Amino acid sequence: MMAAQPLMRIEHLVKHFHVRLGAFGERAATVHALDDVNFDIFEGETLSLVGESGCGKSTTGFTLLNLHRATEGKVIYQGKNIVELDEKAMRPYRRQLQIVFQDPYSTLNPRMTIGEAVGEPILFHKLATKAELKDRIATLLADVGLPPRFASRYPHELSGGQRQRVAIARALACQPKFIVCDEAISALDVSVQAQIINLLLDLQQKYGLTYLFIAHDLAVVRHISDRVGVMYLGRLAELATREELFEHPLHPYTKALLSAVPEADPAHERSRKRQILQGDVPSPLSPPSGCRFHTRCPIAMDICSKAVPEWREARPGHMVACHAVTEGLLG
Amino acid sequence: MMMANSIRQEPSAKTGERLLDVKGLTIEIETRNGPATIVDGIDLHVDKGETLGIVGESGCGKSLTMLSMMRLLPNKIKVTKGEANFAGRDLQKMSNSELRRVRGGEVGFIFQDPMTSLNPVMRIGQQLAEPLIYHRGMSKAEARKRAGELLKLVGIPGAEDRLDAYPHELSGGMRQRVMIAIGLACNPQLLIADEPTTALDVTIQAQIVDLVKDLRDKLGMSVVWITHDLALIAGLVDRINVLYAGTVVEDAPVDALFANPSHPYTQGLLASIPKLSDERSTRLSSIGGTPPEPGRRPKGCPFAPRCPLAEAICHDRVPTLEGLNHDGAHRVACFVAQRKLEAA
Repeated sequence: MMAAQPLMRIEHLVKHFHVRLGAFGERAATVHALDDVNFDIFEGETLSLVGESGCGKSTTGFTLLNLHRATEGKVIYQGKNIVELDEKAMRPYRRQLQIVFQDPYSTLNPRMTIGEAVGEPILFHKLATKAELKDRIATLLADVGLPPRFASRYPHELSGGQRQRVAIARALACQPKFIVCDEAISALDVSVQAQIINLLLDLQQKYGLTYLFIAHDLAVVRHISDRVGVMYLGRLAELATREELFEHPLHPYTKALLSAVPEADPAHERSRKRQILQGDVPSPLSPPSGCRFHTRCPIAMDICSKAVPEWREARPGHMVACHAVTEGLLG
Repeated sequence: MMMANSIRQEPSAKTGERLLDVKGLTIEIETRNGPATIVDGIDLHVDKGETLGIVGESGCGKSLTMLSMMRLLPNKIKVTKGEANFAGRDLQKMSNSELRRVRGGEVGFIFQDPMTSLNPVMRIGQQLAEPLIYHRGMSKAEARKRAGELLKLVGIPGAEDRLDAYPHELSGGMRQRVMIAIGLACNPQLLIADEPTTALDVTIQAQIVDLVKDLRDKLGMSVVWITHDLALIAGLVDRINVLYAGTVVEDAPVDALFANPSHPYTQGLLASIPKLSDERSTRLSSIGGTPPEPGRRPKGCPFAPRCPLAEAICHDRVPTLEGLNHDGAHRVACFVAQRKLEAA
């Protein structure tokens, strides 16, 4: 399933946002949204990024699609660093690289019918003639489990789950290779969420799609991912296969995150000793020195506030950035 | 129904004494096409010292029931039938001024989004002192002292210094702690927590759940925790009511509900949560279709159109909650589940 050649290679990706603070915008500041992020995405896999609000997981998705201009670093796709391309040069890649957002209600144009919304990218990228268009739209709607009559409806007539199906159909319309799912199922009710997860897995199999799945629900991530990356305050803390990460987490932050996830088992939940993190995530305006997790880390050492831990392979295919792991104190 | 009520014994109840008893509450909303029923003759109860979880998906009426009972909703949403007894008094018959004494005094609330429930231009300390002055008749100085203690109780570091902070100066998790402190200010007998962790990150969510658990045990109050997340409340509550389209479809002690979910909707909900033991890419079981809209309720069981087990009777008659076991602690509103039990 996984090819040895990565579909996309992300090297030293940095994204800083310049903002102005204070009531009159008199203070300039920099949000360190992403700092030195490195990973590969392999063809046909589902790679998930997890982490809490503000950890940079969505920024990663946006930046590697060149929707945010990267501050530094490279995203190599088909031999080209796509983050340095201008909008025109980017266009052929846009077709192959798609994104599905959390809230389909605000991404679908309320004045366009579902058919028009799904047909728009097909016409834009000239993927079908006007004569073929209707059939193509019907096929796409069928792919996402909607009957053809939905083509003449408007977004407000659809339920949340149906709208998310339309957003997926719109992404599929371009015959993409790679889809970023940015919290694509987070706003849905549990029973509908399961329908959309099943749909995404079916489509992946049918069309050989590669997903970058951005989510905060670890139970869902565990269900659908091949590999999982954990982010904290703009940096990757750990990246490993699903089994490795959930069975043998190395980074103290990953361990705390996993320990916070509730399981649907009352006896287990009552007897469980949680490792509860103290305090809140620091501001990305002035991230802590050294390892960014050291202010909340239960095992922080002197070096942790001084030096940024190296992003290294601790076990085969298991990447982690933690001084304690490097020095053999953990793992 | 009446019979089931009269023979029912108290299952997980710690004292067995009713604190809140809602009977046949019907709530309607005025729409352009006339009134539409959102909550249909709901029955639920909370005993003293008990923690009840109310679970359901968006629009099932879980928040609405609690809020409308307390007259906290706009005028076009009205309770049209039924009663809600709190500590022996019917909330529906109370005057507005009597009810104001109950709200924030004997019954505390925590809402989902502290940023919209806290007053952005009022200092934290003042907001905490308000209920103490109003309900307890404390002086400003006493109230401020108590406010500091409350902030300490909910684990806000540097509690006394934070009294003069404004809500925007606190993080999301800290704001939610302030909300909890306000909810607890007057030592309520009942705390109603309406999705208090939905807007929070998972590590902060764990902090808040543990905090409420601790405080409940320390203060001995009853809690109603409204949520859409079954896993979240598994280790927190004594009993769970599963709501669907404005009715309780299953009422069971927490262990019984997870071990032996009996309503097809509860079964569907539990099955759609991904499990640790699942292989990657195994298909999750999901419930087809979507819940009915208010005003478009089906004739029989509201779940029948989506139910894999529905029979002719389900489309025709509305099932009532009936006990599944000898003491009636586990109740379900489903013709098929009830018949299976009789056959066994």
